[in-house]
Amino acid sequence: MVDATVASAGPERDTLPKLLMHNARIRPTLPAYREKDYGIWQTWSWREVEAEIFRMAAGLAELGFKRGDRMAIVGDNRPQLYWSMVAAQVLGGVPVPVYQDSVADEMVFVLEHAEVTFAMVEDQEQVDKLLECRTKGARVDHIIYEDPRGLRNYREEGVHALSAVLDSGARRLGREPDFAATEAKQGSGADLALMAYTSGTTGKPKGVMLTFDNLLTVARAAAEMEGLSERDEILAYLPMAWVGDFAFSVAQAYLCGFTVNCPESGETLLIDLREIGPTYLFSPPRIFENLLTTVMIRMEDAGSFKRRLFHYFMDHARTVGVALMDGRPVSLVDRLKYWLGELLVYGPLKNVLGFSRIRLAYTAGEAIGPEIFDFYRSIGINLKQIYGSTEASVFITVQPNGEVKPDTVGRPYPGVEIRIAENGEVMFKSAGVFAAYYKNDEATRETKTDDGWVHTGDAGLLDGDGHLKIIDRAKDVGHLNNGTMFAPKYIENKLKFFPFIKEAVAFGHERDYAAAFINIDLEAVGNWAERINLAYAGYADLASRPEVYAQIKDCVEKVNADLAQDDLLAGGQIRRFLILHKELDADDGELTRTRKVRRKFVAEKYAPQIAALYDEQVSEVYCETEVTQEDGRKYMIKADLRISPAKTFDPVRKAG
Amino acid sequence: MSQAEASPAGPAPGEVLLKVDNISLSFGGVRALTNISFDVMKGEIRAIIGPNGAGKSSMLNVINGFYHPQEGTITYKGETRRKMKPHQAARTGIARTFQNIALFKGMSALENIMTGRNTVMAHNPFTAAVYLGPAKRSEIHHREVCERIIDFLEIEAIRKTPVGRLPYGLQKRVELGRALAAEPEMLLLDEPMAGMNLEEKEDMCRFILDVNEEFGTTMVLIEHDMGVVMDISDRVVVLDYGRKLADGPPDQVRNDPDVIDAYLGVAHD
Repeated sequence: MVDATVASAGPERDTLPKLLMHNARIRPTLPAYREKDYGIWQTWSWREVEAEIFRMAAGLAELGFKRGDRMAIVGDNRPQLYWSMVAAQVLGGVPVPVYQDSVADEMVFVLEHAEVTFAMVEDQEQVDKLLECRTKGARVDHIIYEDPRGLRNYREEGVHALSAVLDSGARRLGREPDFAATEAKQGSGADLALMAYTSGTTGKPKGVMLTFDNLLTVARAAAEMEGLSERDEILAYLPMAWVGDFAFSVAQAYLCGFTVNCPESGETLLIDLREIGPTYLFSPPRIFENLLTTVMIRMEDAGSFKRRLFHYFMDHARTVGVALMDGRPVSLVDRLKYWLGELLVYGPLKNVLGFSRIRLAYTAGEAIGPEIFDFYRSIGINLKQIYGSTEASVFITVQPNGEVKPDTVGRPYPGVEIRIAENGEVMFKSAGVFAAYYKNDEATRETKTDDGWVHTGDAGLLDGDGHLKIIDRAKDVGHLNNGTMFAPKYIENKLKFFPFIKEAVAFGHERDYAAAFINIDLEAVGNWAERINLAYAGYADLASRPEVYAQIKDCVEKVNADLAQDDLLAGGQIRRFLILHKELDADDGELTRTRKVRRKFVAEKYAPQIAALYDEQVSEVYCETEVTQEDGRKYMIKADLRISPAKTFDPVRKAG
Repeated sequence: MSQAEASPAGPAPGEVLLKVDNISLSFGGVRALTNISFDVMKGEIRAIIGPNGAGKSSMLNVINGFYHPQEGTITYKGETRRKMKPHQAARTGIARTFQNIALFKGMSALENIMTGRNTVMAHNPFTAAVYLGPAKRSEIHHREVCERIIDFLEIEAIRKTPVGRLPYGLQKRVELGRALAAEPEMLLLDEPMAGMNLEEKEDMCRFILDVNEEFGTTMVLIEHDMGVVMDISDRVVVLDYGRKLADGPPDQVRNDPDVIDAYLGVAHD
């Protein structure tokens, strides 16, 4: 047995195509991909996947795909799209995954910048978008689609059905059986493996160039540390354009030989999650939040006996669950009670959520609320925060087993070094450090030092145990006019930990005091409104209700009380806030595609409303905003927004 | 989904599939339809429009045999009849959806769509009760057809949800699914977009066009939304007070002075 778990390095396995051949050889019949289609999970073994990818590669070569060509990948998580990435790599090309929900204007930039000539897309929606991109100047000679529905009568040049490409590939392999394998063997670890465009919190997206060595070295170190093996199962549902999905669903899947499961559609995610019961899961905090909110809402509707049983055992889990998970001593009585709880509550609950088999769950991207975090850990789910970036091929730090502190992102992965620069910025160095930004030397020089250290742009600090704590984006940390430090993200995260608040934007840099915009969470607030018999017409109406304002004010004041505990941040308490009449939306440019607030854009767009927050004479402000629909059409919505004051607290002086 | 069930003698695309001649229908003293004649070509999307009470739904009901006209004939696939019977219509490949959704509220979306297979199911209750061999194979086949429809209409997420709990737009989609399950040659849609919001309407248009394109299904649809009608239909019949006002391609109908007077009020452009 050479290696049953993580494939070791070496020139035979230094690229993904070579790892594919390795897997097809040593675990030919194990499931590599599953996709739910027509209501049934369809499975492809490693041997079948190799055959599919080789046919695809040969078909691409027939269309003229050459070494160094770029191929855009646009669509939901479909096995065929994952295979097309590796098929491009077999031929020495570079996949460029693009966010499938971007509108044509955003897409055109990436397609042009990356000089994309081929595109592998999911369906008609994406074909239409790419054809529109063509008229706007992107080259994209060949567009290959997976789902032929609605595309029968398309006569545009260079639009091909994947099935036709596979057929021509099969003919090529009939003539030259070793074609794809020979091509695959020409690659090496130093080759460019992926161009991932950063979501662009600031300005235009940047194309991060990552080599096989970058991606595989850190993914291998992380997989070894966490003990991942071919028996693991993951659910691939995060955007393919996000580098994390590539690291988990492609790099680690090929290294360990585990199974990647593709859900039937975005809406069936929770059903599919439950059916598959993954052992390894990555989710941004908002998914864990949503799941918890759903559970809590459903418990409110349950019978009183069930509700009491649930709360009784959840209280118990809260007291001893985390200690049990971390291996700290717990009394025998408490252990027995926890065991009973597992039988009656935690086990069934995990089953409903699809978490019964989870060995390892990661979360990252945003800070996760301590209550949510502890909830999952207390019922026995090994949820850990990681910290990473595209420039690092994802993995930088992780909370180590048994030493999880909710407010830190843990210690560096093996092979990663971190340090804090003088201005408080976190820097790292590892084998995963990206080669360069494509066609942007200036940005590369700004981000990467000559000796290989990378600026993350995040302000952070190391605590006594060497755990990293992230405060905010370094450039967002500002100061109030009286000199107090103002960390908007820190405040916003505290606000967002309340279930009623979906999104918040805090202002305060070079101002007299801090103020905030609030987005309510329609589901949570709507459900509460229903329970107290508050009728409302829609989002904007609900957001303007005085009852809702009172609830939100309560939340804001709790955050203020919390901030008052901290000498450094006590001055940054929120004096005034308003509730926005619409959700901040990526389609309107207010959020990035990964749902991070684009602070500068919001500040410009809502300038009059911000001015009103700082004019204590004003208690209401008119607002007219343009809303973009999914298909790119726009309409205006208007509302009068009320501004509410909030109580602030004196800083708590610590004794001594 | 194949058109295997279609009779071999059926007309080719572009030929007349259905022709109604001088149809008159009255309920007591109320003349619902007076001397209506028009035809439907195979593979086209044909719209029937008109103000409230113009007789649009009555016309559909005549076509699939719900109402029996006092005068006139219906020629379907070359066979001329005085009147249709609903089961004849269903057996010969006419399926429909209703203005007021007529689904089994307590059954899941999948089960509702399965009921649409009823006309093409061959086994009897006895073989089905034993559920061996042929019965089992055919059940699997029918389920496969339904799953393809579910995939086509993108309703995977509600497959197992009782339809009574679904929002209106999705119920309409399930109803379309049930009609498709019969693998119809001609599909009658009674106000498929009534009560929908813009996004749901756009989705529905997409599905109608896709069904037409993928399966070559002939569509006869009644619709209020002029924008929708003008965008997706090949030819339009305009009814007013039970009479035919105009008949032709959307552009021609749009500019017809009678139609403008009676229905549109003002020219759209």
